[in-house]
Amino acid sequence: MRYLPLTDEDRAAMLAKIGVGAIDDLFADVPADKLLAAPPALPHHAGELAVERLLGRMAGRNVAAGAVPFFVGCGAYKHHVPASVDHLIQRSEFLTSYTPYQPEIAQGTLHYLFEFQTQVAMLTGMEVANASMYDGSTAAAEAVLMAHRLTRRRKAVVAGNLHPHYRGVIETISAMAGDAVLALPPRPAGGDDVAAAIDADTSCVVVQTPDVFGHLHDLAPIAAKAHAAGALLIAVVTEAVSLGLLTPPGDMGADIVVAEGQSLGNALAFGGPYVGLFASRQKFVRQMPGRLAGETVDADGRRGFVLTLSTREQHIRREKATSNICTNSGLCALAFTIHLTLLGEAGLTRLARINHANAVKLAALLADVPGVSVLNDAFFNEFTIRVPGNAADVIERLAGRGVLGGVPAARLDPGRPELADLVIVASTEVNTDEDRAAYAQALAGVLAR
Amino acid sequence: MNRPTTNERATAAAAETFTGNRALDIEEALIFEIGRTEVTGVDLDEPAAFAPRLGGLARNAPIGLPGLSEPEAVRHYVRLSHKNYGIDSGMFPLGSCTMKHNPRLNEKMARLPGFADIHPLQPLSTVAGALKLIAELARWLRELTGMPAIAMTPKAGAHGELAGMMAIKAALAARGERRSVVLVPESAHGTNPATAALLGYRVAAVPARADGSVDPAEVEKQLSADVAAIMLTNPNTCGLFERDVVAIAEAVHRAGALFYADGANFNAIVGKVRPGDLGVDAMHINLHKTFSTPHGGGGPGAGPVALSAALAPFMPVPFVIADAEGVRLVEHAAGVGAHARPFGRLSAYHGQFGTFVRALSYMLAHGADGMRQASEDAVLNANYVRAGLQDLMSLPFGERACMHEVLFDDRWLDGSGISTLDFAKAMIDEGYHPMTVYFPLVVHGAMLIEPTESESKASLDLFVATLRDLAMAALDGDKARFLAAPRRAPRRRLDETRAARTPVLRWHKPAPPQAAE
Repeated sequence: MRYLPLTDEDRAAMLAKIGVGAIDDLFADVPADKLLAAPPALPHHAGELAVERLLGRMAGRNVAAGAVPFFVGCGAYKHHVPASVDHLIQRSEFLTSYTPYQPEIAQGTLHYLFEFQTQVAMLTGMEVANASMYDGSTAAAEAVLMAHRLTRRRKAVVAGNLHPHYRGVIETISAMAGDAVLALPPRPAGGDDVAAAIDADTSCVVVQTPDVFGHLHDLAPIAAKAHAAGALLIAVVTEAVSLGLLTPPGDMGADIVVAEGQSLGNALAFGGPYVGLFASRQKFVRQMPGRLAGETVDADGRRGFVLTLSTREQHIRREKATSNICTNSGLCALAFTIHLTLLGEAGLTRLARINHANAVKLAALLADVPGVSVLNDAFFNEFTIRVPGNAADVIERLAGRGVLGGVPAARLDPGRPELADLVIVASTEVNTDEDRAAYAQALAGVLAR
Repeated sequence: MNRPTTNERATAAAAETFTGNRALDIEEALIFEIGRTEVTGVDLDEPAAFAPRLGGLARNAPIGLPGLSEPEAVRHYVRLSHKNYGIDSGMFPLGSCTMKHNPRLNEKMARLPGFADIHPLQPLSTVAGALKLIAELARWLRELTGMPAIAMTPKAGAHGELAGMMAIKAALAARGERRSVVLVPESAHGTNPATAALLGYRVAAVPARADGSVDPAEVEKQLSADVAAIMLTNPNTCGLFERDVVAIAEAVHRAGALFYADGANFNAIVGKVRPGDLGVDAMHINLHKTFSTPHGGGGPGAGPVALSAALAPFMPVPFVIADAEGVRLVEHAAGVGAHARPFGRLSAYHGQFGTFVRALSYMLAHGADGMRQASEDAVLNANYVRAGLQDLMSLPFGERACMHEVLFDDRWLDGSGISTLDFAKAMIDEGYHPMTVYFPLVVHGAMLIEPTESESKASLDLFVATLRDLAMAALDGDKARFLAAPRRAPRRRLDETRAARTPVLRWHKPAPPQAAE
């Protein structure tokens, strides 16, 4: 077995040194009737070639986004990632290191986490950011728990146009923890719904912008209303590239900003692993979940970085910790920070303009397809269309014509007939004019049938 | 034994360099100090003029993000990588973390476009292979755990604990019960009590016996109609198999409670013992430990949870069903049928799919026989290290066999003026990543060594010889070697107190220099 260096000769010599006769003598604490006499009923070991064949066949049964005109979004986006990003994150010392508990030999990780935290804070318009969460949805749930701790209230008001999966994650943890959630119904046509729902028990309002239907929100009036009631504003961003072009939530009064960082540096990978961004105000830092890298000096006075404020965390505080999170998304955060470093402000803002321009062009093309209407006035790289008939059928028939045309809104939020004819459509820099023309043509064809 | 030796006098006399660099160890600035906002390493064409539709919400202030050209960026991150220690650099015996070799085949497989470049919400007709892969990984995990259902979506070990404990809470609620206490042994990972508390449970600690194991009589004493579950790690964090685990499970079940097992140490028993046979109701599996997916400097992990028949209906959505009708995805609780009672959703999509590919690649490569051998080798290696060190360093629970990791305490350092931390830092100078220190909390100055099956006998011999040299030096009163360590690392000891007292968590633009008087 190529991954196991010991030979049978080694094993025998080692058992002798230990002073036992057989390997199972070392398993003596296992109840004898529970020790398996033979390996479980699964295939035996295989060479690289055999594994590649088997997994290659499975991969071949999927349609890769890069192989077709592709317009699927809703919290995960197909972007082009520079080749150097994937090369750099595969450097052994990044790939095969652990959480930086021994900072003297983990300065590489701690240094890039400090840069990552700074980039996230800048991008969101906030003062501090942590070293990452699992993904945007779990970051949103952690933000709600943090708001409860800060306000000593236990009710979250969730905008109707929050990604339904994010809402689901918040509702699940809240139900289990005994906290209340007021989740408002979706408003595919856009508009504000949360301001009127804030009351004296509200700990936080959770608002996504661009929202799941692609609408953009001015958060400033919502923040004002929330703050007047002693509540916090949690802003959710599922498309990090949008922050290159839009007013950041921090500038509109958000108290906590959470985002999905997949768009920068990370593959679609059928939903994970991704990287959750979590940013807040300096005054709230001791209630933040997750790891934080901080600057300090070493014994020679040289600048260095460590994990800090760990008295918030489970390995120190146990049941009094701010979160149970331990492992987060280090390598995905590295991919994010490298991609963003390569882009820089000039590249990111241009990338964002390209995304917006592409979506504007696509919206115009699709609006011209007979029977199709675009619901959005303002949007970034994603918008919602109404199609005649059932949106899920339309998407399936488009797939049959080789176009992956978006997400039927009802797939995210079933049981709402008012969403049945809506498709959420995204267009990024990867789409060409030919892709967009192919989409419009295929859609017209599907609808004409 | 061939071992590199160092000329102590020569290295101690090495002069400081002008640059602060030390050959391959090159000082690196922050991107904010070397990058500029107008520089970019990505060539993009400005879009043709168009009418924006941003509804007045366009950003109107600069962000301040620095950019680097590609050569500058590559050099920046390569230099940073030189300051990290990984499994590929050398032995990484970090107890409870299972830092085993990460096969590169797994990385190659995860990057196949049919896996890496598929969207979680594209039409199901275009992702049949992805659903098949999830079902196949779940099948392997079911066989290895002996448990009937696997919830695949948790994103790391602690997230898996959350899923498992939610399933327990949901199952109790379905019985019409509200129990408020969770028993957690003192040796448990901090995530266990943190998870229980997150779900509103009161945590009651179960003390360890003198031999490092949990006393079933003590568990029995604490069990009541108000106890929801016990969270037990097995093998435990002292590196010992809980020999009374079956009795504990039976007592827990008699009391109407459920048995959560922390699967962090599954690597000791894969293919040897099935947790389901021990009475476990829920156990998370760290794919980034047991099944070799890279830890990546702190994630991503993946924490699928194995569930017993009692808990199987209480799965988070989405999940994949594979049966006679084929493989299909259940995305919502509504309409799943009476057999399933999902308690909700834990994350946006289908779990850590990219990590699943890597883990399945590991499993296929090892096969059932190879994984059983890996567990045996992991246990053998830990005991070999124990046998090589037990005359010098102190074992808290006597000279008994351990599982895949061996726990020493610091009694052997008494009177030396050298702490566990000092000893760990001296290991860094010798080219090793230290073991886990000060965990578990149940022994004083813990040193938890987990060599994993990836180490050869020669590597272990060298490791044991090095630790023996260090131990002898410590006992001989060579304090300076330890208190000043590490001296050869990219940084010497860092001031963690200062970092916490005045937190600097991001770079700030320095104030412009004052004009000279």
